[in-house]
Amino acid sequence: MIEKEKINWIYKKIFTIRFFEERIKKIAKEKTVPGYLHTCIGSEAICVGVMAALNQDDWISSTYRNHGHAIAKGCELNEITSEIYGRKTGICKGRGGSMHISDFSKGMLGSFGIVAAGPAVVLGAALQEKINKSNKTCVSFFGDGAIHNGAFHEAAGLAKLWNIPMIFVCENNGYAEATATDWHLNTKELSDITKAYDMLSYIGDGNNVFEVYDITKKAISEAKQKNTPIFLEFKNYRFSGQYEGDTQLYQPQEEIDKAKQNDPIKLAKENSSKYGLNKNDLEKIINEVKEEVDKAFDFADTQPWPQPEDALEEVYVNYPVEIKT
Amino acid sequence: MTIKTVKDAINDALVQSFEEDKNVILMGEDIAGGKGREQYQGTQDAWGGPFGVTQGLYTKFGGERVRDTTIAEAGFFGAAIGAAMTGLRPIVELMYVDFAGVCFDQMMNQAAKVRYMFGGKQKVPMVVRTVVGAGFRAGSEHSQTLYSLYTHIPGLKVVAPYDAYDAKGLLLSSIKDDDPVIFMEHKRLYMTSCEVPDDLKPIPLGKGRIRREGSDVTIIAIQRMNLFAEEAANELEKINISCEIVDPRTYSPLDEELIFQSVKKTGKVIVVDESNPKCSLASEISSLISEKCFSDLKAAVIKITAPHTPVPFSPPMEDFYIPSTKKIIDAVKKLKDV
Repeated sequence: MIEKEKINWIYKKIFTIRFFEERIKKIAKEKTVPGYLHTCIGSEAICVGVMAALNQDDWISSTYRNHGHAIAKGCELNEITSEIYGRKTGICKGRGGSMHISDFSKGMLGSFGIVAAGPAVVLGAALQEKINKSNKTCVSFFGDGAIHNGAFHEAAGLAKLWNIPMIFVCENNGYAEATATDWHLNTKELSDITKAYDMLSYIGDGNNVFEVYDITKKAISEAKQKNTPIFLEFKNYRFSGQYEGDTQLYQPQEEIDKAKQNDPIKLAKENSSKYGLNKNDLEKIINEVKEEVDKAFDFADTQPWPQPEDALEEVYVNYPVEIKT
Repeated sequence: MTIKTVKDAINDALVQSFEEDKNVILMGEDIAGGKGREQYQGTQDAWGGPFGVTQGLYTKFGGERVRDTTIAEAGFFGAAIGAAMTGLRPIVELMYVDFAGVCFDQMMNQAAKVRYMFGGKQKVPMVVRTVVGAGFRAGSEHSQTLYSLYTHIPGLKVVAPYDAYDAKGLLLSSIKDDDPVIFMEHKRLYMTSCEVPDDLKPIPLGKGRIRREGSDVTIIAIQRMNLFAEEAANELEKINISCEIVDPRTYSPLDEELIFQSVKKTGKVIVVDESNPKCSLASEISSLISEKCFSDLKAAVIKITAPHTPVPFSPPMEDFYIPSTKKIIDAVKKLKDV
């Protein structure tokens, strides 16, 4: 049984992410903001379901498709939007941009633009937790494309060898950039690749936020109890393109239509009464978060740009020589 | 005062750092090696890496802090970054710098950038110890000195000590440093020795050293090239040519002031770098001097480097590849006549 507070939190976050990303799609079309934008429409249930099983100070890594993770991990909406707008008050002071939304104080080790960079970094955080006999949960989010990359395999091998109870969360959204996942897969299931590491793995419906939450919660407790890494594969569908502006010609319309029947937001709405939320409750949450998201985008638009020379700051903790212009 | 080899000085700095700070850990391939297993605790480590530098650490500090890794540099370099961000001070060993390519992403895109890119909230206090250098008949993939590869990347610091004194003092500093440091150890210098005080204090990064004072020509020598510069200076002294030898010791940050002072004094400069010439430390230092000390120069800066080739294996070719004492002497003579 999930407590009422958590249910509300889950609904609040899942709608926030969807509205947020829809707004991003809009500003991308209007070309309001500079740079690449990757939205996570279709992944909301994974972002929220996993994070519902974590504490704020648990460690995660994310990717360039990070808005949902950042929102679910508790990053401030105003700071996220300001970062995407390239403003001084952004979460990374305008130095990161949409691909690198990350707040260390909220347990985010980083949002990496390089596919499969995150798992090894999280392995290190988890190793630190083990050495310091601390007990924070360590989760790395990555896409299906990352499982072909050597850095993922190296991290997986070491995690198992060293009995590190970290959680690998693979969002299998059907596409690695513009290539369908099954086009590249050598195994029946994506998670079969973990067999080589004798690693426990579970597959879940990535469109069902409560299933994601349930599987993740159990996996965390099993990983810690057995001192083993666990690989979770959540299947969902990437409604967004690889990035905004992608024509998505490689995604057949029938496929999109079929996936829409399992849209995580649709499922969440359908399931709401099961979790004690009536129509009014839902509407209230939706209106609330919609307003919050709108406010955050309006806020960003009023924020100051960084000074050009701000580019010279925080390259190092200490550097005795002036950073050259 | 004790006479120490570079190898032992590095081992001493590691032991001292492990004793001073429980957050220091070491990860690498074969750093214990073979016998790095519980049942051998208390016996001598089998290997301590290909040069024996880390011998004894596993026995002293145990497998939790001294970790033999799989041959998976991307994996354990990435892990060092995550561990560093969350409170440890990991030292990772890249067995040869030539293997930089298999874990360059971790250094270039993660270790170097997370502080900057994520708004200055994190720090990555990690050290990469790695082995560089030709002259070991080790062939093209185990002999390079890729100083400039890392020096080019903002966010990384680069250290390349010549003698045991600097090796110990700079490694102590590197481990205490809050930024990622690439610490390069030259394989042909491991068994060279000098006096190293037992209570040597950490040497700050970014401070070069005048190894020999002179007045006619400045020789800026990078790591092992200090050996040849010294030999050349001794020879040249016999014909009354006085050479000043500057050892920058660290390349990011670089002690530009120390270099410029010497250039102002002599007006004639040779930079000796064992690396390939294009976009090298030699070309960087030469360019800085031209930019900042143009009016002090009496002649164009001379660069003595390896040729633009991989490191060859066969001794006659490899010896030709490495800058030599003779090449330095010839260059100094040429400058003296200007």
